[in-house]
Amino acid sequence: MSEKTSTWILWTTIGRKVLLALSGLALFFFLIFHLLGNFTLFVKDPGIFNQYAYTLERMGFILYVMEGLLILTFLVHILDAIFVTLENRKARSSSYYKEGNAGKPSRKSLSSKTMIYTGLLVFAFVVFHVKMFKYGAHYVAQNSNIRDLHRLVVECFKTDYIVISYCIAMILLGLHLRHAFFSAFQSLGIAHPKYTPYIEKLGILFAIAIAGGFLSIPVWIYFH
Amino acid sequence: MKNCNFKLLVWRQKGPQEPGKMVAYTVNDISPDMSFLEMMDLLNEDLIKKGEDPIAIDSDCREGICGTCGLVIQGLAHGSKQKTCTCQIYMRDFKDGETITVEPFRSSAFPIIKDLVVNRSALDRIISKGGYVANNIGGAPDANAMPISKETAELALDASSCIGCGACVAACPNSSAALFTGAKISQYAHLPQGSPDRKKRVLEMAQQMDKEGFGNCSNHGECEAVCPQGIKISHIAKMRREFFKASLL
Ligand code: HEM
Repeated sequence: MSEKTSTWILWTTIGRKVLLALSGLALFFFLIFHLLGNFTLFVKDPGIFNQYAYTLERMGFILYVMEGLLILTFLVHILDAIFVTLENRKARSSSYYKEGNAGKPSRKSLSSKTMIYTGLLVFAFVVFHVKMFKYGAHYVAQNSNIRDLHRLVVECFKTDYIVISYCIAMILLGLHLRHAFFSAFQSLGIAHPKYTPYIEKLGILFAIAIAGGFLSIPVWIYFH
Repeated sequence: MKNCNFKLLVWRQKGPQEPGKMVAYTVNDISPDMSFLEMMDLLNEDLIKKGEDPIAIDSDCREGICGTCGLVIQGLAHGSKQKTCTCQIYMRDFKDGETITVEPFRSSAFPIIKDLVVNRSALDRIISKGGYVANNIGGAPDANAMPISKETAELALDASSCIGCGACVAACPNSSAALFTGAKISQYAHLPQGSPDRKKRVLEMAQQMDKEGFGNCSNHGECEAVCPQGIKISHIAKMRREFFKASLL
């Protein structure tokens, strides 16, 4: 037993999943605030949404720091996820001729089996999304000098292919979140006979609420 | 019930380095009360009579205790019946004429020795890193000298029921050994007898688990569903807590 035992914690299978869980939960946090802010699009007066966007923009340095942290979180999550997935493939180098599902209490599902695909597609969507809005047309609101982001959003969400791709992307996000929430707690060692079933239910609720919430905006605008 | 016929698709592989493939066999006039392994024995007798190479399978007690047997039947480790070993699968569980696939426990950490027999020594090497407790020699200790609450004792006993069959690894899409290692760590982490080596145990066993090339745990929980002892993935969470405590505190 002369081998050195204290390895760098992140260089272990247990540690890498901690990093994935923490970065994933941070992204969850971001999604919730992003969604709540975007709900101002449901207000009749376009000025409210524009004002909200302007308030964020005016934060200046603080906004840059927050954006930087968000990008960093995404990078950590994605790189860790890719690494973990490649390692997992290596560990199961020969696949089964027939692979079954053992049924409950297993949580293996379409959602848990496709995390890397839903994740990568969601990321592709994020790039497209940021390009379209943050770096999109810069209209100026008529009666104030601030950016009329509302007009751009409405224009985009009146376009068939954009609304359809948003719907697909949000369903993929919902699938990712469905397994993610419970999984993050389990990765952090949080399991309890009484509370874990509630965490699992809350995960499903979150997946539906977040994906459904984001989906409701383009759909609502499209039909108005 | 009348006797049945089945078509089998069995993984055949001559040796560790040889390529393998699924080979079709038919077995006829099988009594529904026969166990799956007895059916395999019959097939092997047939093959021997025909001068062919019999199919290599592992088994020992054949009463669900030892964990030596282990086949993936119809894509499920230890077959479709939960909380049983392969040896407790009976032919009455299959429909007459059904095609049944039989494969080895697959994992890069479980090299195939021949056909359906795999080398599970990787699990033994994890155990050798701390799956035991130090005891003073001498007479048996007084039975009630170390009080342990019923709840704690039950948790430790649940974890200790692991027979090390490796079905968790076989069923895991990532071939993770987290349930096996988690059970072995959790078993001692709950008891005062395990406390002297508590930190060292989790660090060294987890490190060995990684070294053997098992995958990461994605929390699919498929392991819990195929475990012949029904060991819960909450023991994986326990291992993780033990690991955090040992490496951070
Ligand atoms: C908005 C974005 C996202 C959120 C809220 C999110 C959240 C999460 C959470 C909470 C987990 C559970 C971690 C665990 O099992 O411990 C997770 C797992 C995972 N995420 Fe994400 N994620 C997001 C985006 C992405 C992206 C862009 C990728 C791209 C590669 C990705 C790939 C993965 C993978 C592969 C796993 C599972 C790894 C495994 O098998 O254990 N995720 N995600």
